[in-house]
Amino acid sequence: MRPLDTVVCVKVVPKPEEVSVDPETRTLDRARARSELNPPDMNAIEMALALRERHGGTVSLLSMGPPFAAPYLQVGLAMGADSAYLLSDRAFAGADTLATSYTLAKGIEKIGGWDLILCGEESSDGATGQVPQGIAEWLGASQITFATSLAVRADGRLVGEREIRGGHEVIAVPLPAVVSVKLGVNEPRFMDMERRHSAAPVTVWGAGDLGVDPAWLGFEGSPTAVGAVWQARTRERRREFLEGTPQEKGRLLAERLRALLAL
Amino acid sequence: MIPPAYGPEVASGLWVYLEQEAGRLEGVALELLGRGRELAAQKGTALTGLLPGHQVQDAARVAIAHGADHVLVADHPLLAAYSTEAWTEIAARLILERKPETLLLGATPNGRDLAGRLAVRLRTGLTADCTGLAWEEGTGLLLGEVTGFGGGVMASIKCAHHRPQMATVRPGIFPLPPPDPRRAGTIEEVSVALSPEALKAEVLRRVRQEGVDITRARVIVAGGRGVKGDFTPLTELARLLGGEVGASRVACDLGWIGRDRQIGQTGFVTRPWLALVCGISGATQFTVGIKDAEQIVAINSDPDAPIFEDADLCVMDDLFPVLEALIAELQRGTP
Ligand SMILES: Cc1cc2nc3c(=O)[nH]c(=O)nc-3n(C[C@H](O)[C@H](O)[C@H](O)COP(=O)(O)OP(=O)(O)OC[C@H]3O[C@@H](n4cnc5c(N)ncnc54)[C@H](O)[C@@H]3O)c2cc1C
Ligand SMILES: Cc1cc2nc3c(=O)[nH]c(=O)nc-3n(C[C@H](O)[C@H](O)[C@H](O)COP(=O)(O)OP(=O)(O)OC[C@H]3O[C@@H](n4cnc5c(N)ncnc54)[C@H](O)[C@@H]3O)c2cc1C
Repeated sequence: MRPLDTVVCVKVVPKPEEVSVDPETRTLDRARARSELNPPDMNAIEMALALRERHGGTVSLLSMGPPFAAPYLQVGLAMGADSAYLLSDRAFAGADTLATSYTLAKGIEKIGGWDLILCGEESSDGATGQVPQGIAEWLGASQITFATSLAVRADGRLVGEREIRGGHEVIAVPLPAVVSVKLGVNEPRFMDMERRHSAAPVTVWGAGDLGVDPAWLGFEGSPTAVGAVWQARTRERRREFLEGTPQEKGRLLAERLRALLAL
Repeated sequence: MIPPAYGPEVASGLWVYLEQEAGRLEGVALELLGRGRELAAQKGTALTGLLPGHQVQDAARVAIAHGADHVLVADHPLLAAYSTEAWTEIAARLILERKPETLLLGATPNGRDLAGRLAVRLRTGLTADCTGLAWEEGTGLLLGEVTGFGGGVMASIKCAHHRPQMATVRPGIFPLPPPDPRRAGTIEEVSVALSPEALKAEVLRRVRQEGVDITRARVIVAGGRGVKGDFTPLTELARLLGGEVGASRVACDLGWIGRDRQIGQTGFVTRPWLALVCGISGATQFTVGIKDAEQIVAINSDPDAPIFEDADLCVMDDLFPVLEALIAELQRGTP
């Protein structure tokens, strides 16, 4: 079987619990939030590296984001990826999933020669889970969403197990294909510090490098717009602690539940 | 702006995608017909169901009883099981031909698989995983309420110039409408041209169970990593309280319990009257799935567990002896 060239799309996201809505300006306050690689994207990187061990080929990382995303791509390089590309340009800012998937597809075309694109199932910020299918459509590739495992069959088809409501299915699709990987399906390997120093630098491309129509990018290119944001209302809870030995607490709780549920 | 396939001037009508499995409509499709009926009435427009599949005529009648005025049936033997290619092809052709203003889909795994692909083929906007739907005052645009950042932030999203305005909607958000078997509606069979070669995917194996629907449970007993693989006491407690067992994502990922019971951002959003949360730390991705519960009880051995911030009654202890005593006490006096 021939080697497999894979591009893993990774997004740098703020840690969700550190983002809030400014009650005055009613805008997102991410200033104090630390960033991380979107957790399921780590599983996608691990899956790509494991496939490379079996089939040979290359693993490239691709991200669209601000310049501060570059060090996070270096983490992926230190895990063992061969190259990393960052699409960074003011023109990309404010993209919805249509414009994001378009821009990433253009980046993938520029990297060239790919068989497989891996993404995470969804991001922890926007959490739409729409970008992978979008990339597949822009590139005219097959797709397997919400995948838990992947293998390349002897006939060159990609076989993936994916989640469906109430169960799972195993499907085979022709390559090239785009796959979204479920969170937690593998144990991402640690970075190799040696590699961290010797790894190739991150290649940065702007809108001009991709040969795209600027009107198709970012906020301007996006059909959807955010009308308003607000903090999810959390109800004030009583936070009453029951005291005693475990047995006493169990009995107390039984009393409370009986009363609450009129049992 | 990415040029739309068509715009608001030529668009009309509200469509609901009718996801089915072996001829049975998904619960969320019925929920969307219920909410769709209200939204269509507010606009004075018709509600159309889009139903691809094989031998789905009964499902079309069920859709009419639940609120559809018109059902487009695309029936073909190659549509016996869902595939991205066939569904996208059929939906895109009908939409470009008839130009609906709005298309709603259930946010099931296959509904999201289809919606994400279809929206790009149609070059339109797609609002993800909505927890609310309304027409915006003045503009009449669809406003989708969505959550982000693990559930901590809400946003409303709209799509001004591209049609159809598309949205996926979480299961369990809208009530199931009561069926009216006498409701009038029309069923239209549309032609389907598909060749086996056009289907890229082959389904090798499919395992599916009609799982529980925890979105409608009045009482939920949820367990996480802290139950250490043993859901027996939680199952017994749920039985005694007339409720269902739920779980954190970790418990599902570890294979301790079925995915149909997962609560949270990537699971189900539930609205029980009582949620009893055992051995779950209380990450926002979890709590977003129970935040509307009337009463929350948390049992956790860690005094600093964030779940205690979100609980009405807190039990800081090892969950096993507490549950044992609780169950024994509840069993006394019940036959
Ligand atoms: C609260 C909130 C709600 C939103 N709702 C919507 C909405 O309903 N509709 C809409 O169109 N937009 C929405 N957006 C905008 C959306 O977040 C952006 O379009 C974003 O660029 C990509 O979408 P996502 O984060 O949801 O990605 P997802 O589709 O959830 O990401 C899945 C995978 O795609 C890949 N990927 C995604 N983005 C990138 C990237 N920049 N670089 C590399 N790989 C990437 C990663 O592998 C990731 O794991 C919302 C944003 C916020 C903050
Ligand atoms: C993109 C994304 C989506 C996610 N979606 C979801 C989702 O939908 N649902 C979800 O649940 N999570 C989701 N998560 C994961 C979430 O962030 C948490 O990791 C997860 O909820 C933790 O599960 P847990 O509480 O069972 O495990 P842990 O966080 O490990 O907590 C276990 C708890 O059990 C307690 N414990 C241990 N032993 C005992 C004992 N004997 N008695 C009492 N208490 C005990 C511990 O003190 C601890 O608080 C998501 C994460 C990401 C990044």
